[in-house]
Amino acid sequence: MSLPCPDVAGRHSGFVDAFDLIFHHRESISGGVCVGGPGEIGHLALLHLEVSLVAVVIAVLIAVPVGLWLGHIRKGEFLAVSVSNVGRAVPSLALLAFFVAFLGVGFTNVTLVLTLLAIPPILTNTYVGTRQVEAETVAAARGVGLTEAQIVGQVELPLALPTIFAGIRTSAVAVVATATIAPLANVQSLGTPILEPQTYGDAGQLAAAIVVALITLAVDAGLGMAQRAVTPRGLKVGTHAPERRRRFSLGTPAKTETT
Amino acid sequence: MNTTTRAFTALLAVLALAFAVAACGSSSSSGSDTTTGTSSTDTGAPTPAADTTMIKKDPANAGKTLTIGSKNFAEQFILGEIYSQALEAAGFTVKKQLDLGSEQIALKALKAGNVDAYPEYTGTALTSFYRVKTQDVPADPAQSFDLLKSDAAKDNITAMPQTPFQDTFVVTSTQATAKKYGNPTTISELAAKAGSKTTLSGFPECRQRTDCLLGLNSKYNWKPKFVSSQGKYADLEAKQAEFTMGFGTDGEQLLKKYVHYADDKKLFPPYYVSLLTRNDAVPKLGAGGQKVIQDVQKPLTEKVMAELNSRVSIDKKKPEDVAADYLKAAHFIK
Repeated sequence: MSLPCPDVAGRHSGFVDAFDLIFHHRESISGGVCVGGPGEIGHLALLHLEVSLVAVVIAVLIAVPVGLWLGHIRKGEFLAVSVSNVGRAVPSLALLAFFVAFLGVGFTNVTLVLTLLAIPPILTNTYVGTRQVEAETVAAARGVGLTEAQIVGQVELPLALPTIFAGIRTSAVAVVATATIAPLANVQSLGTPILEPQTYGDAGQLAAAIVVALITLAVDAGLGMAQRAVTPRGLKVGTHAPERRRRFSLGTPAKTETT
Repeated sequence: MNTTTRAFTALLAVLALAFAVAACGSSSSSGSDTTTGTSSTDTGAPTPAADTTMIKKDPANAGKTLTIGSKNFAEQFILGEIYSQALEAAGFTVKKQLDLGSEQIALKALKAGNVDAYPEYTGTALTSFYRVKTQDVPADPAQSFDLLKSDAAKDNITAMPQTPFQDTFVVTSTQATAKKYGNPTTISELAAKAGSKTTLSGFPECRQRTDCLLGLNSKYNWKPKFVSSQGKYADLEAKQAEFTMGFGTDGEQLLKKYVHYADDKKLFPPYYVSLLTRNDAVPKLGAGGQKVIQDVQKPLTEKVMAELNSRVSIDKKKPEDVAADYLKAAHFIK
């Protein structure tokens, strides 16, 4: 049986071998199939991003409204915090196995597990971000005649956005890193080369780890930029920052007097 | 539930097997009985000969320290414990490193001297460590072991004689599924009857291995839809797949509700266990230590190993206790 790819046994080692697997296809360790190369690794990376993105989007759609509502009524701190802590304590791998009995293996199972992983940081951050909007600001908004929905949408949400984005960032990084367990429930991802050592070898594990790390850094950087992009708008709407600056400047003349 | 009766009958079977093998071992030292396996042992000749099988403490072993390793699943934990406790009984000081993860990690630990010995499967060692392609692994157990022995020697590793049992892949289904396809007994019949409109679940790696799904595709022309999952028997129960890639010594294989199909075309390579030992540690073991290792693995047929595994996987007992119970039942320790 001849394959259209080379047997690279012992040609490289370590990082060189891992990068070689990312850029060139080769015969698998136990033989009989070609693995690696930009085509396959790229395909796995796309599948990896797909399941991660779906999970984070669903988590945002659930956690942000709930967090905003709890933060707005300034109640449910216990719920927001304890749900988060419990959520963080349950290992995703165990959840994956647990849901097999109800959902079977597949995209739904993996998405649910990753969504449950993503919800806690977003929920906590949304709650905290909304809750920390000063009571006077909300009272002022109410005073000028905004409805409760308008207060949430036009005052609290913009002011909380940087904190909410920080939560989404934390979640996204965790989800992208954890999506490597997806092949255990019949969804291919960059976890495939990690979970198939007799096919991809050490090089595959390292290669997948490198690509996952790069994607994680990219996602973190991208959401970081988004976080910065939403920050000024939020502060402008809230007319919060100038007041603060004035308060700080009150302190400075006192200092200059002593010198 | 019938789990208790099953456990009880299986316990009797273990005892009977242990006695029978012990009797063989004491009556003649030819040792040729190890590969022929289960046929004669079912009669369970009740001749304990306890004194001759009991491991004796050798004062010469005092102060000699050995580190025994294992990979991180039930069968490996049990084997690691059996070897460790047996060597302890022989007077060695034994340290245990029974959670080494995958074979690559275990091999590195062995080469680096973090462990002196750990049990490995012949097929795994050949394909994973010595890059023998699956189709090139000799189907004959003795030949594949000889190949491993010579390959391991280059790494300064001694492959101790292999166990009577092997833990190879077995295509498994429920009784109901078997009935649905007209009770086939071999994978060939199964492939002809079930065709490609069925599902097979297996650990993720199976998908691209020639001794797993790829081999079933090419050698048996059986192309079931593959479900990548760790569930094994749970996948069958949850109706995720009609068939699953089990292992021959899984505890569940003893349960009446599961059926497995014979590998009539010898697709799966031999997966017997050999205690891979650093050459540095072989003199420390000495002839006495090596004999202990061979003796305690002699009663380990597929049935016995499956029973021991079931006590961990189904009955949730500790591997440590399961190993001790085994050594006591087979009259190696008191």
